[in-house]
Amino acid sequence: MSSANRDTAIRRWLRFRFKPAWAARRRRARKVAMLSVAWLGLLLTLSGCFQAESPADVVIVNGNEPESLDPQIVTGVSEMRITKALFDGLIRLDPTNAAPVPGLAERWEVSTDGKLYTFYLRSNAVWSTGEPITSADVEWSWFRALDPMTASDYAGQLFGIKNAENWYNGRVTNRAEVGFRALDAHTFQVELNVPLAFFPELCAFPTLAVIPRQTIETYGDRWLHAKPLPTSGAFTLDAWRVNDKVRLRRNPRYWDVANTASEVVDVLPISSPNTALNLYATGAADIVWDKDLVPAELMDVLVERPDFHSFTYLGTYFYRFNVNEPPLNDSRVRRAFALATDKARLISKLTRGIGRPAAHFVPDGVAHYSSPPGLDYDPAAARAALAAAGFPEGKGFPRLSYTFFSASGGANLHGKIAVELQQMWREVLGVDIELRQIERKVFYASQSKLDYQISTSSWIGDYNDANTFLDLFLSASGNNRTGWKNARYDALVAAANAETDQTKRADRFRQAETILIAEEAPIVPLYFYLGYNYYDDQKIGGIWPNILDEHPIQFIYKRPPQRQSTTVAQSASAGTGNPTPRE
Amino acid sequence: MYFLKRLLWLIPLLLVVSFVCFALLRLTPGSPFDRERHPASPEIERQIAAKYHLDEPFWKQYGRFLGDLLHGDFGPSLKYRNHTVNDLIRQGLPVSMSLGLLAFCLALGIGLPLGCYTAMRQGRWGDYVGSLYAILMVCVPVFVLAPLLVMFLAVQWHWFPVALWGSARHAVLPVVALGLFYSGRVAHLMREGMLNIMRAEFIKTARAKGLSETAVFLRHGLRLALLPVVSYAGPMLADLLTGSFVVETIFQIPGLGAAFINGFLNRDYSLVIGLVMLYAVLLVLLNLAVDFAYTLLDPRVKYE
Repeated sequence: MSSANRDTAIRRWLRFRFKPAWAARRRRARKVAMLSVAWLGLLLTLSGCFQAESPADVVIVNGNEPESLDPQIVTGVSEMRITKALFDGLIRLDPTNAAPVPGLAERWEVSTDGKLYTFYLRSNAVWSTGEPITSADVEWSWFRALDPMTASDYAGQLFGIKNAENWYNGRVTNRAEVGFRALDAHTFQVELNVPLAFFPELCAFPTLAVIPRQTIETYGDRWLHAKPLPTSGAFTLDAWRVNDKVRLRRNPRYWDVANTASEVVDVLPISSPNTALNLYATGAADIVWDKDLVPAELMDVLVERPDFHSFTYLGTYFYRFNVNEPPLNDSRVRRAFALATDKARLISKLTRGIGRPAAHFVPDGVAHYSSPPGLDYDPAAARAALAAAGFPEGKGFPRLSYTFFSASGGANLHGKIAVELQQMWREVLGVDIELRQIERKVFYASQSKLDYQISTSSWIGDYNDANTFLDLFLSASGNNRTGWKNARYDALVAAANAETDQTKRADRFRQAETILIAEEAPIVPLYFYLGYNYYDDQKIGGIWPNILDEHPIQFIYKRPPQRQSTTVAQSASAGTGNPTPRE
Repeated sequence: MYFLKRLLWLIPLLLVVSFVCFALLRLTPGSPFDRERHPASPEIERQIAAKYHLDEPFWKQYGRFLGDLLHGDFGPSLKYRNHTVNDLIRQGLPVSMSLGLLAFCLALGIGLPLGCYTAMRQGRWGDYVGSLYAILMVCVPVFVLAPLLVMFLAVQWHWFPVALWGSARHAVLPVVALGLFYSGRVAHLMREGMLNIMRAEFIKTARAKGLSETAVFLRHGLRLALLPVVSYAGPMLADLLTGSFVVETIFQIPGLGAAFINGFLNRDYSLVIGLVMLYAVLLVLLNLAVDFAYTLLDPRVKYE
């Protein structure tokens, strides 16, 4: 190695071994730069997860995340509210009183025997994508509801139609034998087994809504993700992000678009009452409209507020007996429990005005019906009934259990009610009831298998008719779940269902309900639900209280800060067959 | 080679996890379609069960699940019936990951310096205050901390939104709630690690050489003191990335944490198994990353 090369090598080694300060600084700077780039990358990635969206005209806090937006799949009230905004039926419900009014059908005729309905579709009814909606679409939609592959829980809503149940079960295979058909592009005919007084209301039920054939045939179960999604209702589906929001946008081709009051509506799936109230209180939401979204512990304060709206609702809270379990197989024992149940005390002590004591099963306010008197609180009569059954002062009465499920939020009420009932029955009847709290799904499975003795229950009506409650306790009903069977009750309900005269019909239902709540008592009603919304009616319009808690989204709007009343009148009275706001 | 072997072990591990999860879910009483309201006819219930193959024998159902899994398909959600489990994971994972990563950075950002600081100030006021913070954060559960943040910072002072997801402002409170909670544990581990290392012989040697206390801490102690934090950080990150049920519920965040618990409560079998598998994969990969980090931090550690 030459001396020059050796010197270069030594210099290199020295540079490597003893790096100058500037080299260390450069290394540190490089490290900082690399870290900064990594941070920037991370922040950019994360910022991609935040989607900036324009604000909606109205933001509604709904109940739980919808299980589906397919009208033939949905079962819950909260999801039905959204499907009704997307898909119309032949008939829809008036937002002021929930009475059936024309929907896709501009009118209908009923035969004199009440069994044949002929619907005439609007000539201007089109899908949101522009194609006309025809009777063939209605026919296809209804057959889809009856297709076992659709797996619709509510397929039974069509079983009142001639041969519909036989078609579902495969006993009829010829479509022509099923009692509904498209006579021409705009005429649709339905033949019923018996004249169902509530059939127009059923036609407004989501299961019978009109849905897009071609999209469903193309996409199968994922049809709601199609872009564009043809809808038959007042809105199109702008976005549906699970546990985040459903964004609805006005359907410009809807036949009644003139009355769609808002351009964009966000429906938020919120399950926590406290979160719902916080969103409302801070102005992030305009409306909270689910009775389960009212924090029970704040009920006393909330009911006093002017933006808190409560109204009669089609729901009853009750408890069931398993009549296969002795001594509950004796109606005297069941009556004794019913007579020992002080419903007024329950309401005043526990529910703090969120329900009304129920003396009967069908809630007050149901159309064309008033219930018979039930068993009122009567301790002496209760003790006498139990003694007559062989248990004077509760002596020798076996230890039974009261089963209820654990739930969050305001639904913790189940436990409080159970404790109160246990105490009442001990005080009045001298019997000791054990409380059994189980998880919700286990509870439903136990109740279905009749693996209980006394259990908590509730029922919300599907439509405004006594039938939606009294059908439950038919011997063959899957919702009976008491083991109780009564041929006389079955015959009376069947006769009422087949009756066209409203007075006679109500009378038969009343006789049936008397058997249910006063004579046999397989169930004991506790209280009727009230519906709750909170919204400031100085800011929000288009909501009217009604027994079905029916508030079509298309009529809801936010009032502008000025000129409130004129805008309201313009928006809601422009179309035909629509309600005029009553504010 | 070691890391490759660990990756290959993932296959039998996932098989065992999926089988145990599948069996436990099927043994749990109640089915996805048990509800207050029964369909009008038992035939409808049978058809619904048939559509989702719930009427088939256990082994056939499990075989079908594995077959789908080979194609990367977790099947349809039994609760959200227009969504597949893949859809739900695709929607929820980025949200939970953003929330989790930010909270992770905050937890380390507070916990590591605080742990070092309290160790350096052992027995002094700084140590007491820092340790009190760490103990408070470890002891106060997220379901207490988060509502407190909401009450003051959102409802009373309107600084941040009370809930929902969509902008960076929405992320602040949930990230702070989660980050603070985990920062206490990180600070505690860091402090303990530091104090243990500072008793080692080589630290005494470094001090004997005349190095300043800060230089001893940072240059010689920090690297090895990080080891317990690194061990904890792997599972912590897996937890955070797959979502926190409490925080996601309180702030109504559309992530996977709430989906997992609700999936179980709804007996949404396919969703629960899908999320368990995802969690298992993340946990294994992050533990592997922890092992790798050990080789970087401690030259004595070598994997064959």
